Amino acid sequence: MKCNRLVDVGRRQFLRGGVLGVAGAAAATVLPSGARAETPRAMLDYPAAKLGNLADLKVDVPVDIGYPDADSPGILLKLGTPVEGGAGPEGDIVAYSVLCPHKGYPLAWNAADRTLNCPGHYSRFDAEKGGQQVWGHATQNLPQFALRIDEAGDIFAEGVDELIYGRLSNVLQA
Amino acid sequence: MAYKRNIDRLPIIPAGAKEHNVTCHYCIVGCGYKAYTWPLKTQGSTETNWIGEDLSKQQGAMTEAWYSPSMYNVVKQNGQDVHLVIKPDVNCAVNGGLGSIRGARMAENRRSDQRGTQQQRLTDPMVWRYGTWQPTSWEDALDLVARVTARVIDKDAEDDLYVSMFDHGGSAGGYENTWGTGKLYFGAMKVKHCRIHNRPAYNSEVHSSRDMGVDELQYNYADYEKTDTIVLVGTNPMECQTNLFLNHMVPGMRNGARVVIVDPRRTVTVKACEEVAGEKNVLHLQITPGSDVALFNTLFTEIAAKGWVDRDFIEKSTFRGEEPAVPAGSAQPAALGSFEAALAACQMSLADGAKATGLSEAQIVQAAEWIAAPKDGARRKCVIGYEKGLIWGNDNYRAIGSLLNIGLATGNVGREGGGCCRLGGHQEGYFRPSDAHVGRPAPYVDQLLIAGGGKVHHIWANDHFKTTLNASQFKRIYNRRSQMVKEAMDAAAGRPRAELVDAIVSAVNAGGIFSVCVDIIHSQIGQAAHVILPAVESGEMNLTSMNGERRLRLTEKYMDPPGSARPDCLIAAGLAQALERVLREEGRDAYADQFKGFEWKTEEDAFMDGYASANTDVTYERLRAMGTNGVLEPVVGFKDGKLIGTERLYADGVFTRHGREDGKALFSLGEWRGWQAPGKAQQQASHRFLINNGRANMNWQNWFLDQGNDFVMDRFPVPFIQINPEDMAELGLKPGDMVEVFNDVGATQALAYPEPTARRNETFMIFGAPNGAQGNIVNPGVNELILPNYKHTWANIRKISDATPASARVSYKSWEVAL
Repeated sequence: MKCNRLVDVGRRQFLRGGVLGVAGAAAATVLPSGARAETPRAMLDYPAAKLGNLADLKVDVPVDIGYPDADSPGILLKLGTPVEGGAGPEGDIVAYSVLCPHKGYPLAWNAADRTLNCPGHYSRFDAEKGGQQVWGHATQNLPQFALRIDEAGDIFAEGVDELIYGRLSNVLQA
Repeated sequence: MAYKRNIDRLPIIPAGAKEHNVTCHYCIVGCGYKAYTWPLKTQGSTETNWIGEDLSKQQGAMTEAWYSPSMYNVVKQNGQDVHLVIKPDVNCAVNGGLGSIRGARMAENRRSDQRGTQQQRLTDPMVWRYGTWQPTSWEDALDLVARVTARVIDKDAEDDLYVSMFDHGGSAGGYENTWGTGKLYFGAMKVKHCRIHNRPAYNSEVHSSRDMGVDELQYNYADYEKTDTIVLVGTNPMECQTNLFLNHMVPGMRNGARVVIVDPRRTVTVKACEEVAGEKNVLHLQITPGSDVALFNTLFTEIAAKGWVDRDFIEKSTFRGEEPAVPAGSAQPAALGSFEAALAACQMSLADGAKATGLSEAQIVQAAEWIAAPKDGARRKCVIGYEKGLIWGNDNYRAIGSLLNIGLATGNVGREGGGCCRLGGHQEGYFRPSDAHVGRPAPYVDQLLIAGGGKVHHIWANDHFKTTLNASQFKRIYNRRSQMVKEAMDAAAGRPRAELVDAIVSAVNAGGIFSVCVDIIHSQIGQAAHVILPAVESGEMNLTSMNGERRLRLTEKYMDPPGSARPDCLIAAGLAQALERVLREEGRDAYADQFKGFEWKTEEDAFMDGYASANTDVTYERLRAMGTNGVLEPVVGFKDGKLIGTERLYADGVFTRHGREDGKALFSLGEWRGWQAPGKAQQQASHRFLINNGRANMNWQNWFLDQGNDFVMDRFPVPFIQINPEDMAELGLKPGDMVEVFNDVGATQALAYPEPTARRNETFMIFGAPNGAQGNIVNPGVNELILPNYKHTWANIRKISDATPASARVSYKSWEVAL
């Protein structure tokens, strides 16, 4: 049972020591390999991480992912209707970071209106509009993962378009 | 696609970066931030950095060790390029490290010539020459202003000079700058025709509270954490006082406080309270718009009838005479007197109250219980916050008075967990000579300008075109009057200064107006200006202000101003000196002498000349040491290296704001009388939609900058109007369609945003937008003391266009969180 409301969340450090347990019941969890590159070029050098296969995606059933590495939780979605920036044959597949860019709380997926909602301070983001903040405190829209789909239907993440909460470089560097 | 910055890494703040105290200059809450600056060619590392954290790892929620791209910029400091990060301060009691969608973009909203942000900021003085605005020197611009101004004023004859001047703190306001303009216009001169940035006269927003003896900011924010009940009236704090809500009201609810919200509109605050406190602990009184006085008088009657009043407090701290202490009159919209007299005057039965407010009797009874029924055998603690829904609403004087009656009767003023306070807009920062010469009621300046009043108009960060009522007519006439002067100046091109001044004076004597705009951007009213003077904001100068709990702090200057822009106080000083020189040249020595005393070199000089002259313990150095937590005013001493403040006003039960020697608070004797302002009832009768209006989270208090911010303009390319989806269907509207909102006084535009929680025929439009001024359709109706009623406006709506390409792409989903 996934609880989307955080009661007395205070200043607990949710994400110390790995996040995937926090992200909730995962339909599928896929970890990228080789996520930590040496001084990668800005916006270019991202790990190509396999997130899943077209055959495994169901409309409105989110898949928990980690990208660019396991400590950065995200969500892979098949929306069922084409959206701007959507990948796949139907143009309806998108993937986002689920760390609220306001204060880093894990966002909760609401299938009814296809939004990602923050239990910490009530911000919400539209999964059908490139992660645009519908209402909230974040000063950026939700980081979206660039997707590529190969001939076998494997879905790869290959980039991020905003800074992910909690890291000053999307691809962590030593 | 939503706007993305495509920034995937940021420079790391090095250990040893310069750290500056910053109070967010946008809203009244005044969240604490720290600004870090360091040389462009240096940087911290994941191992060695300002905070000593291992930044090669993902940081957790609420971390201090992260900042977003909006918190970063490159600016000039002492002429050198530096990195700038402005991030929330976890050690500030106000916000505890939280940042709002506004304040956490302070860095990005600084002018950066290196990164191209805020290129709209003014950099140099400009004068109207050869048919447009031309850059010039400060000396030249101030000389022209002084020479023209000197021609229309004389000793004890200053009524042809009109002045619009902000009186607030934060932003470009603050004690330094209000003193600068105050000393000029109320000290050197006695200008009567003046107004404030958000209303058409120079007056208080809360006359009745002050007349009753109660300053409108008397508690501290921690009172929300120690109370039993939070009452929010005509206010939407999750959007407009975000971190007061998140960092103080939310903990209050978690400590068990219930919430009563009085608002015709279901705001995001209502939903958030329900999430935190549980629906059963939130009572949303969705009153008939404008019926506040009826509600509060009924609650006052009910609370008194149940005996839930604080008898001891009433006896000791309030006026006990039988006759009114202050009789009603033309400038006194309600009599003031004792508790018993108020009870008799305000008497309103549950049945009458329910009928007037549209609520059920049970809802009113429940609200009375939550506000005042004893809890565990003791007096219930209740804190009341109100803002523009009440202030810019129906019958301002009686509305605020009737609400404060409840606070006083229940002994909730000056006590822990209590208070009856404005939630506020800007921070405060008012220090000026007396304004008594302005009179009460104050002149209705915007209507006088429409009627042809005034010859020279000095405008200090006011934009009437966006934020006045009756704005359609105001703009038409102001533009015409300004154009007369522009044409005269064009015709005098190539002539010597004296002939130019003669030409301008002829034009203003023929009905024109010479307009001087001091601002940080080229505003909309600035399009009508003849001289434009560039000012600076907080952070580009040292600036002191106090927040909504009277917390005084110094924001330290962390960057250079754009171009040659100056602090308002120094612009005022320059203008005073120019006037003195011109008057002396003209042989008007006695008058010239009045303009002495402006030899300030820095904003600190202005602070010491003004605020510190009456608050002798306070200096910049001491405030710097008090950091982002500052000190709660009034400052009463200095001990062990710290300024000593005042946690709460009236803790001794002695009320002073009205100036009465007895120190007794007064009750308001204002009965409910329906629509107060002229023209409201007629407009309501002849138009379908209520055009309720106000601010929204994203751009409240900073839209003037955000019109140049891609993140904001991507979300709302055109100002929105929230409409019930069924109403939209009846009007044939799709989400994002451009509509015209029109009535008997004007028209404006908005994009249609479906809002399922909006009541039928009750819309909500964003106020103060740069490209769709809601004020265009607000009629000129004001209260007896010239307080505008912006909120109660009715109009019809029709589609004028499909969505603009930009607005066709944005999200139209409900704002209510869905967890």
